[in-house]
Amino acid sequence: MSGSALPLEIVDLRTTLFTRRGEMKAVDGLSLTVAAGETVALVGESGCGKSLSALSIMRLLPDPPARIVGGQVKLNGRDIVPLPEEAMLGIRGKEIGMIFQDPLSSLNPVATVEKQIVEVLMTHTELGRGQARVRAHELLELVGMPDAARRLDAYPHQLSGGMCQRVIIAMAIACSPSVLIADEPTTALDVTVQAQVLALLKKLQADAGMAMIFITHDLGVVAETADRVVVMYAGRKVEEASVDDLFENPLHPYTVGLIGATPTPGAERAERLADIPGMVPPLNALPQGCAFAPRCPRVMDRCLTQKPALTAPAPGRLVACFAAERT
Amino acid sequence: MSLLSLRDVRVQFNTAGGVVRAVNGVSLDLAVGETLGLVGESGCGKSTLGKAIMKLVPVAGGEILVEGVDIAPLNREQLTNMRRKVQMIFQDPYGSLNPRSTVGRSVAQPLVLAGWKADATAERVETLLRWVGLPSDAKQRYPHEFSGGQRQRIGIARALALSPKLIICDEPVSALDVSVRAQVINLLEDLKSQFGVSYLFISHDLSVVEHIADRVAVMYLGMLFEVGGRDQIWREPRHPYTRALLAAAPIANPKLARARQRTVLQGELPSPLNPPPGCPFNSRCPMAQDRCRVEKPALRAVGNGVQAACHFV
Repeated sequence: MSGSALPLEIVDLRTTLFTRRGEMKAVDGLSLTVAAGETVALVGESGCGKSLSALSIMRLLPDPPARIVGGQVKLNGRDIVPLPEEAMLGIRGKEIGMIFQDPLSSLNPVATVEKQIVEVLMTHTELGRGQARVRAHELLELVGMPDAARRLDAYPHQLSGGMCQRVIIAMAIACSPSVLIADEPTTALDVTVQAQVLALLKKLQADAGMAMIFITHDLGVVAETADRVVVMYAGRKVEEASVDDLFENPLHPYTVGLIGATPTPGAERAERLADIPGMVPPLNALPQGCAFAPRCPRVMDRCLTQKPALTAPAPGRLVACFAAERT
Repeated sequence: MSLLSLRDVRVQFNTAGGVVRAVNGVSLDLAVGETLGLVGESGCGKSTLGKAIMKLVPVAGGEILVEGVDIAPLNREQLTNMRRKVQMIFQDPYGSLNPRSTVGRSVAQPLVLAGWKADATAERVETLLRWVGLPSDAKQRYPHEFSGGQRQRIGIARALALSPKLIICDEPVSALDVSVRAQVINLLEDLKSQFGVSYLFISHDLSVVEHIADRVAVMYLGMLFEVGGRDQIWREPRHPYTRALLAAAPIANPKLARARQRTVLQGELPSPLNPPPGCPFNSRCPMAQDRCRVEKPALRAVGNGVQAACHFV
C-alpha cells in the first residue's frame, strides 16, 4: 500500500450481465476516484447501474449472471479485481465497509447484536473475545444506539429499522475501513430517523477520514451529504461535478431533468414539475447512440448514432453530451 | 358544506399484543376542489385513515361524512353510490390490479358494476386511457406488460371511471423513479384542473406534499398534530413535531440545505401498542413538560387558519 494512493480509484470498470436474453452492459466503463474524507454520491434511477457498481467494487456480484469483464478497482493503490475470493474475505469489512438499504436482511436473524459485531472484530483484528465484546459495546455507543448495553443481547427482530441500521454501521466501521460504501442506507427509514443516520454517517466519516461512496436516488439526500456527485444513466457516467456546481448549473439534459423533477421546498415554487418523458430503457434494448437520446429535449441527429464521450468543459466537471459540449 | 368531514374518527385493531389505536380521534374537513396532504411517518395511521374513509377497515367510533351524509349506516347499495364519489389509488399499482385481467377490463370494472352498457363502457375506457396518457392498445394488454409509472396511470384511469369528487391517494408516487414520479404528479394536477376532483394525498414525502397540497395535516401515532394551509405550515410550523419533521426532510439544494438550522429529532416513534400517556410525542419532544405527560392536548385554532395540538403553542 503506497502512502500517497487514493483510498479508492476505479478505472474503466465494466460489468456485464450474461443472460439468456443476451449480454447487458450494466456498468459500462465507469471511472471514479474518492479521496480520504470525501463523499461521492452515485445518483440515478433504477436500472442505471449504481448498485451493480457498488457490488462490483466490493466484488459481491451475483455470478452468474454478473461478471466484471474489464477495468480496475484500486483500493489504496492495489487493484482488487484479480484477487481471489479468499483475499477478498480479508478486505471486505476491514478495508471496505458496507451498508445496504435493508438493514434487517443484512443482519443474521438468529445471532445477537453482540455476537455479530464480535465476529467482525475477531475475523479482522487480533482482539480476543473479551476485548472484542468490550469494543462491541463501545461501537454501539459510538453509533448512538439508545440503551446500548441492553441492546447487545438483542436479536435483530427486536430492534427498529433505525436501530438495525446503527448496528450495520457499527459493523461497517468496526475495523476503521478506509472506504465506506453506503447503498441507499436511509431509503427504508422514516424521515426523522433518516436525518439521524445521515448525521451519524457524516460525523463518523469526518472523525475517521473515510472515503465514502453514497448511492442514492434521492437528490435531497445528495444535496445534504455529498461533496461530489456522479450521475449515471443506463450503466454510464453522464455527468460529474461538485455538489454545488451540479445543482447550480447542471450540464447534462438528464441531470437538468432529474433536478427539475424533484420538488424543492423553500425554493422558488414551480407550478409544474419538469418531467422527463418516457422511462429508462431496458439494458437489453439500449438505443444505438446516446442512451438518453429518446427522452432528451436537446437531441440532435448525431446523438442517435454516436455515443458521446466524457469531456471536461470546466475544471472539476465532466459531461457526456454533444449538446452540452457546445454551450 | 365540506366534501369530506371527519368527526372524532377512531380505528382500532385488536392484536395479540393488545389494542392498537391506529386512528385515535381525528377530525378534519376537506373542501371541494382542494388537495389536502396527509403526512406522517410509518405507523402514524395515515393509510388506515384513508382506508377508513373507503370503509375498507372497520371504524370504531366517530363520523365520516361525504357531502354531509354519514357513511356508517349506509346499506350496500347506498355504499356503492358513495363509492362513486370517493375513489382510491394505492402505492403499489401492481398489487391493486388483477394480473389476469386485461387493463381494459380492470378500468371498465367500476362502470360494469355501475350498470353501464357495453358500448358506452368501451367508449369511456378509451377516453379514460387517453386522459391518463396511455395508448389505446393498452386495453388488450395485461398489467405485467407495463412499467410502474404506467400501472399507476391505469390505477388512476380506473379511479376516474365514475367521475369521483374525491380521490384518496395513498402514497401514489412513493414506488416510482424521480422522473416518472414527476410525470404522475403532473398528471394528477392536470386532472384536478380539468375535472375539479379533490385529493386526500397521503404521503411520507414532504417535498412532494409541499408541491401538490393546498392544505396539510400532520399525523403522529393516530392523532392530528397540526392542520393548516401549505404556506403557513412550511413558513411557520407551530407544532414541535411539524418543525422537527420539516427540519429532517432533505432539501434538494445544497446551499439551502447548509443554510438551514438543523435540530435532529432524537429517538424513534414509540410502539403504537404502548404510546406514552398524555401527548404521544412527549417522549421525543424538546419542549415537553410535566403537563404533557398526563394531559393529551386537543387540536385547537392557533391563528392564521392553523390548528395545532400542543399545550405550548
